[in-house]
Amino acid sequence: MTQRIMIDPVTRIEGHAKISIHLDDAGQVEDVRFHVTEFRGFERFCEGRPLWEMPGITARICGICPVSHLLASAKAGDQILAVMVPPAADTLRRLMNLGQIIQSHALSFFHLSAPDFVLGMESEPAKRNIFGLIAEDPAFARSGIRLRQFGQEIIEMLGGQRIHPAWATPGGVRSSLQKSDLEQIREHLPEVRATAINAIGHFKRMLEQYREESQIFGNFSTLFLGLVGPDGAWEHYDGRLRFVDSAGNCIAERLDPADYKKFVGEAVESWSYLKFPYYRPMGYPDGIYRVGPLARLNVCSYIGTPLADKELREFRSLGHGAVSSSFFYHYARIIEILAAIEKIEAMLDDPNLMSSRLRASAGINRLEGVGVSEAPRGTLFHHYHVDEHGLIKKVNLVIATGQNNLAMNRTVAQIARHYIRGTDISEGMLNRIEAGIRAFDPCLSCSTHAVGMMPLHVELIGPGGEVLDEVQR
Amino acid sequence: MTVKTLTIDDKLVSAREQDTILDVARESGIPIPTLCHLDGVKDVGACRLCLVEIASGSPDRPNRLQPACVTKVVEGMVVYTATERLKKYRRMIVELLFSERNHICSVCVANGHCELQDIAITVGMDHVRYEYVSPLCEVDITHGLFGVDQNRCILCTRCVRVCDEIEGAHTWDVAGRGIGARVITDLHQSWGEARSCTSCGKCVLACPTGAIFRQGATVAEMDRDRSRLSVLMTAREKREWIG
Repeated sequence: MTQRIMIDPVTRIEGHAKISIHLDDAGQVEDVRFHVTEFRGFERFCEGRPLWEMPGITARICGICPVSHLLASAKAGDQILAVMVPPAADTLRRLMNLGQIIQSHALSFFHLSAPDFVLGMESEPAKRNIFGLIAEDPAFARSGIRLRQFGQEIIEMLGGQRIHPAWATPGGVRSSLQKSDLEQIREHLPEVRATAINAIGHFKRMLEQYREESQIFGNFSTLFLGLVGPDGAWEHYDGRLRFVDSAGNCIAERLDPADYKKFVGEAVESWSYLKFPYYRPMGYPDGIYRVGPLARLNVCSYIGTPLADKELREFRSLGHGAVSSSFFYHYARIIEILAAIEKIEAMLDDPNLMSSRLRASAGINRLEGVGVSEAPRGTLFHHYHVDEHGLIKKVNLVIATGQNNLAMNRTVAQIARHYIRGTDISEGMLNRIEAGIRAFDPCLSCSTHAVGMMPLHVELIGPGGEVLDEVQR
Repeated sequence: MTVKTLTIDDKLVSAREQDTILDVARESGIPIPTLCHLDGVKDVGACRLCLVEIASGSPDRPNRLQPACVTKVVEGMVVYTATERLKKYRRMIVELLFSERNHICSVCVANGHCELQDIAITVGMDHVRYEYVSPLCEVDITHGLFGVDQNRCILCTRCVRVCDEIEGAHTWDVAGRGIGARVITDLHQSWGEARSCTSCGKCVLACPTGAIFRQGATVAEMDRDRSRLSVLMTAREKREWIG
């Protein structure tokens, strides 16, 4: 039987995102905008639904990181029920989130970004994808695919399905693990640990070759936001928020996520459906901040596992205080994979993983709740208002990709200013813009199933507003 | 008791005088899809899924379409349950049910345990050819234990019948007409204020979809044990609990 695999770029260009590059009279880049042109409407159509359905509905926002929405939503529900979830549910939720961080980061690094690094930014576009990577370095590609599988299987063991499990609920979770599941995880650990260590080594060796990109791809001062544990440890599920600046100074900490509106403002621009969150005390757009792997490694005091902490120290040497180039999102991502693997290993003997006390039940005891989790792409907030019976009255979702919106815009501007020569857009330049955006691993690439090919539309606009050139793919 | 003989799908079967075509088909192992039918309560022929063709006996007249659940057997009757025409109509009925309200299986409490979903699979509904009406429907979770989501209601009236015939409360009824019809509690009060409701939960057990649910249920958690209803009905019929 023959097998046919097609990558058809035509089906993936239906304008989900576009970039417009504005030139001034002298033909120099004046402004660059990254527009997100998809509109989903989740905040609106969740109104009127019972609170208990929210994790299942909001998990559908994303096929790559459904677990983040599931957890943030369940946590907002915990607040509204005013319950403490059973300790086992807390542990199991953490395990699922670690599984998700691994699978999502593996997808971003191996499937979407590694083709650029391994095959080259200027390599032939038709081959610059996961299949090209398989042809070039099958062992490396296979190990990445297996790593993602490991994370997906943890999600499936817990939630019954790999994508969109409706497993976490307000008050806890629906099921725990079997002994056989734990054995399966334990069996795969040495292989995935080796894959993560190998990927980190691979990236470090490659850095020399990408010195220019690492200086140009979103290298600027911003704040960084992420959750940290009580003593500043790397966090992904709970804890308090911390902002640090580019010099590594902690400018705000122990912030209660429930108060996010006090420090996160959301600006709106007419040219994009994605809002522009900013750090409120510094105003818009000066309060630009970044979230995600790079931010988490910049805000935490330590990770708490031996191999990842060793890598963190080396990573930190790339910056002065904080590491400020967005190119190093990739580096941070693979260090986080290693951290997640080590954390899973450390929790496998916890008897809570097989507990049957999983769900606290209660009625509506508060009319408002904020749930927070660290999605692979960064801090995620779900904020709900309900009526006295638990019907949703208002929803506000602050998504990680949105919080990187200002930084992504600044990144494409930086890349365009550096690489644009004249009025033609070369394929290599287009790919560098893509790669700059891809460093943030934004959700729009997930939602369009891009295999190294984001549905980008780049327009070069002259001083009079006329379109001088455009490239679409 | 008179015995009637009739032919269903070219098979000769015998039935009791008061039997419906559905009764005798089920006894003879001939499958006929149903949605509004619930063993133990009266049939109303609301969903029309059990439509069968009754031979007219003359090539000049077309076969008659009748719902099997409310059509009594007649001596010598010739019935077809699975003709191409019936398959077409049944699929059309299911598609219309889906287009009329907002049935989103993926986030529904009854996903995987839903009779509407099962029927859709049985009739081979792989897509809906009609435009979705997407009505704005109310969700009522004012009752302390249960909730009703009109988005998922197919107006089978099973809830109305179990409440009336088994519990004897008659909390549920139907208000409005046609596409605007809704199941209501008491005189269209919110369920939490419906004083006739005994909170027995029979309507929750009877509902074929996710329309009536236990509060706190999340996606795919409404797995109902309908045998509890038939136990009640049999016990009542046979007066099992009366000394």
